[in-house]
Amino acid sequence: MYTQALNTAETADRDLEDAGKAAQFQARVDAEERIEPNDWMPAAYRKTLTRQISQHAHSEIVGMLPEGNWITRAPTLRRKAALLAKVQDECGHGLYLYAAAETLGSSREELVDAMLAGKAKYSSIFNYPTLTWADIGTIGWLVDGAAIMNQIPLCRCSYGPYARAMIRVCKEESFHQRQGYEIMVTLCRGSEEQKAMAQDALNRWWWPVLMMFGPPDAKSQHSDTSTKWKIKRFSNDELRQKFVDATVPQAQYLGLTIPDPGMTQDADGHWRYSEIDWTEFKQVLAGNGPCNRDRMAARRKAHEEGAWVREAAASYAAKRAQRQTAQAAE
Amino acid sequence: MVVANIQVSETPLVLYALRRADDALILGHRLSEWCGHAPMLEEDMALSNIALDLIGQARELYTFAAKVEGRDNDEDKLAYLRDVRQYLNLLLVEQPNGDFAQTLVRQFFYSAFADLYWRAMMNSRDGTLAAIAAKSEKESAYHLRHASEWIIRLGDGTEESHTRTQAAIDHLWAFTGEMFAVDDGERALIHAGIAVDPASLRGRWLATLSDVTREATLALPQNDWMQQGGRAGRHSEHLGHLLSELQSLQRTFPGLTW
Repeated sequence: MYTQALNTAETADRDLEDAGKAAQFQARVDAEERIEPNDWMPAAYRKTLTRQISQHAHSEIVGMLPEGNWITRAPTLRRKAALLAKVQDECGHGLYLYAAAETLGSSREELVDAMLAGKAKYSSIFNYPTLTWADIGTIGWLVDGAAIMNQIPLCRCSYGPYARAMIRVCKEESFHQRQGYEIMVTLCRGSEEQKAMAQDALNRWWWPVLMMFGPPDAKSQHSDTSTKWKIKRFSNDELRQKFVDATVPQAQYLGLTIPDPGMTQDADGHWRYSEIDWTEFKQVLAGNGPCNRDRMAARRKAHEEGAWVREAAASYAAKRAQRQTAQAAE
Repeated sequence: MVVANIQVSETPLVLYALRRADDALILGHRLSEWCGHAPMLEEDMALSNIALDLIGQARELYTFAAKVEGRDNDEDKLAYLRDVRQYLNLLLVEQPNGDFAQTLVRQFFYSAFADLYWRAMMNSRDGTLAAIAAKSEKESAYHLRHASEWIIRLGDGTEESHTRTQAAIDHLWAFTGEMFAVDDGERALIHAGIAVDPASLRGRWLATLSDVTREATLALPQNDWMQQGGRAGRHSEHLGHLLSELQSLQRTFPGLTW
């Protein structure tokens, strides 16, 4: 669904590289040319992208868990089918993104192992629990909404395979977002209990969603090279502002209150929001969010308990290849 | 506000459609429990995909049952407001997922039947059932292919996968007989050309099972004693838990739009 606060400037690596090649590379990026897997690229560009794309892929996969939590309890068969289809899409996004990351030279297995070992991150948002059905609507509306804000510019990212993956992902993501909003509309037009459920979900998700855009620009240490390399096209705060401006009227339409009493609208139309609790953000990224342990435990359990299945598939494939070779030799 | 179970007019055709709808819903529900927890991402997608097909089939069959019944029931009332004694699915499909082998053996036994069943039902004299069958047959052919390939991979994979898969076959075998049983109401529908006689499918079902298990180096059990009860609402202890999860929101907040 989403990735955040990535990439470091690998200055040491860059210094070792051919200055001429680096200049040529930068000229291509500046000319809005797409960089493809076989092209020369700075080692730091490769590392940054591997990290960003794989973290994005991990986020899709871990992101299946909070919503998957409600598949067996969805209130109607239509909602159940739609949620199942959505979570299946997330898995597909994970697969596209691992494939895009692999074009940079790391295997999916290595990347997944890094995530399971806690060395690679995934989006902070998936460390929050889904407590009621309204959370499923809110995730579609806000979390997918925030993801789209971030991913639309990535469709023009300098690295071709990532940009193309984003084009496919964004199509499905905007469908999910509308589906989520439709759940919210239904709840807000429903009984008092349903409206209260929707308001409570918004109260719990609002701030964590704003944190999805990463630290404030003043404190964001990674943006310089990413901007220069056209991996990133807007700053965290720019995207966050865009998201808030788009979301406030949607909340008003629903008749819901955004849990920020200090919010005001400027003369230029922008909504000014209150200070975000960056301590909470840091804690969640450090592994201390409400569900970090559960999410990692669930992914590790699936991986470990599935080991014998993957071994069986590999063993069967090897046997079959051997038989085919033997037959061909006869 | 309606909290209680709904009443269903149990004519033979309504019962017939409900039984097939319940099979599809309960199996789809079981498969959906794997979502996010499968051994590999590709299987996460495949199992969700099959679950989605089955839930789609259930929706069509419930809608058909409600229409035949002609009361104010609909797919959601039929799914969410009947209790364990009113559910009519096969005992096979309510069995817990267990390990991946148990899930795939359950899927294989059911899909090998469903594929033949839906193909035969395309000739039903009931136009709606024939149309549902035409769509479901395409899906069940895919499900059978997926399950068969996994049975072969697991059976002829490692010693561990072979042992687990054989254990799953031995465990689930007693629940397969119910697929071929009919009661008097169904007998009348078979005579009318609306339903197919499942007994007529058993030979080909067994042939599929024999072919696949032979290639997988697995054996079918000799024991032919068969557990029955699901079709009459006498279930295992597993179904009540499944329904309490599936129905929790509708039971807590009855009569609302979601």
